[in-house]
Amino acid sequence: MIPSVQIKGVREGLLVTLGDGDWPAMLAALLSHIDKQVDFLRGGKIYIDVGSQVLHAIELSRLRDAVSERGLNLWGVLSNSPTTEQTAQLLGLATRLSRPSRQTQFRESSAPDTNLQDGEAAVMVRRTLRSGYSLRHANHVVVIGDVNPGAEIIAGGSVVVWGKLRGVVHAGSEGDTNATVSALDFSPTQLRIAGEIAQFAGKRGKPQPESARIVDDKVVVEAWNPGKK
Amino acid sequence: MAAKVITITSGKGGVGKTTATANLAVALASMGDKVVCIDADIGLRNLDVVLGLENRIVYDLVDIVEGRCRLRQAMIRDKRLSDLYLIPAAQTRDKTAVSPNDMVRLCNELRPDYHFILIDSPAGIERGFRNSIAPSDSVVVITNPEVSAVRDADRIIGLVEAEEKGPAQLIINRLKPEMVKRGDMLAIDDVLELLAVDLLGIVPEDDQVLMAGNRGNPVAFDSKGLAGQAFRNIARRLKGEQVPFIDLAKNDGLFGRITRIFRPGGY
Repeated sequence: MIPSVQIKGVREGLLVTLGDGDWPAMLAALLSHIDKQVDFLRGGKIYIDVGSQVLHAIELSRLRDAVSERGLNLWGVLSNSPTTEQTAQLLGLATRLSRPSRQTQFRESSAPDTNLQDGEAAVMVRRTLRSGYSLRHANHVVVIGDVNPGAEIIAGGSVVVWGKLRGVVHAGSEGDTNATVSALDFSPTQLRIAGEIAQFAGKRGKPQPESARIVDDKVVVEAWNPGKK
Repeated sequence: MAAKVITITSGKGGVGKTTATANLAVALASMGDKVVCIDADIGLRNLDVVLGLENRIVYDLVDIVEGRCRLRQAMIRDKRLSDLYLIPAAQTRDKTAVSPNDMVRLCNELRPDYHFILIDSPAGIERGFRNSIAPSDSVVVITNPEVSAVRDADRIIGLVEAEEKGPAQLIINRLKPEMVKRGDMLAIDDVLELLAVDLLGIVPEDDQVLMAGNRGNPVAFDSKGLAGQAFRNIARRLKGEQVPFIDLAKNDGLFGRITRIFRPGGY
């Protein structure tokens, strides 16, 4: 069976949709497709929808290099697989066609339910999120590491950072006002919980664990005090 | 001989990538290593100027890649240091004239005959940056003690990690010890705390660096200045030596600074 490759023009550039199948075969099919129309495609911005393929950094960077050798620019990789999406983001590729509006922040496949309960699914990331990294997840997010300025976390539920929080965090991004944001060193560039926005000015004394939540339609930040509560 | 390919990059422009590349190349070559510098900033070439080799360019990187000349024909040998070579960038083309695979092939061809290949990356995170890091064995990120430069360095370090090029090493360039002391500049500790990578060296701000660059005669030729000394120390660290850091903030009375100026080698 010859793997299917569809190329169509969209507002943002060219959208290539790959069918299901073995990745090396898909890649070969894609490249031969591009080679056939190289004069037509040269210089184009392309987005590739890889469906549910699970691709790691090596495969994606090979794909990107192969595409750029043919004079095209790989701008984005669209995928249902969270691994592929994360890898694409790591490599600085877009993972959707245009900036999502608030309603479509998450793909349908991972549509969140807005009433997250304790014990529900969360994603745990054991690394420092550097500038430019965007972590989006429908449920809770736990980061073991720092969140540097210029990095962002957008979570349907709560966010816990076991490290320094300096970037932008949006918890309860689908409107969950019970979401909280906690960090060992709490100094985000900007913090949003559901529809509320708060900013934090510069350094404030000695870092201590703090947690933010919404009280009476306002974001309130409190020191974490395990003795009380 | 199996050369080590080191890419020098920064994200932000104007922090001193080209100056650092030129000085590290000079420092390494004057220690007896065979060094090739590659200017990957196609369309905005500068390394030839800083090294003072501009008027000797016949062929360039794009000529090699497109087969108009042999690799050795495009390599300019420095007249002051016979172990220093430059492959200049093309000025009339752009970054898309070269692909990451071209860079890998080129470096593999050079590897057996040299000790170090230094690649001067263009600013930005696009094609030119990807060309520059594709062949590298290790990546050196340059930053200034300035919030925007550090932010960009952080992004670059993330991209280098994503490319699985191992942990990047950091050079903090253009540090003004007096300003750090007054609290007007980011302190080294703040930069390191944020970036969380190994520090390869700190280069103090020094007017001589700029003047020397204009003359095409990098400061590392002259071992007396603080910046030249700092680049030489970084070169030794690249060779795997343990070199103590210059204490830039020590005894910073006016007297202390004057005595240090008159006491070369006593840093």
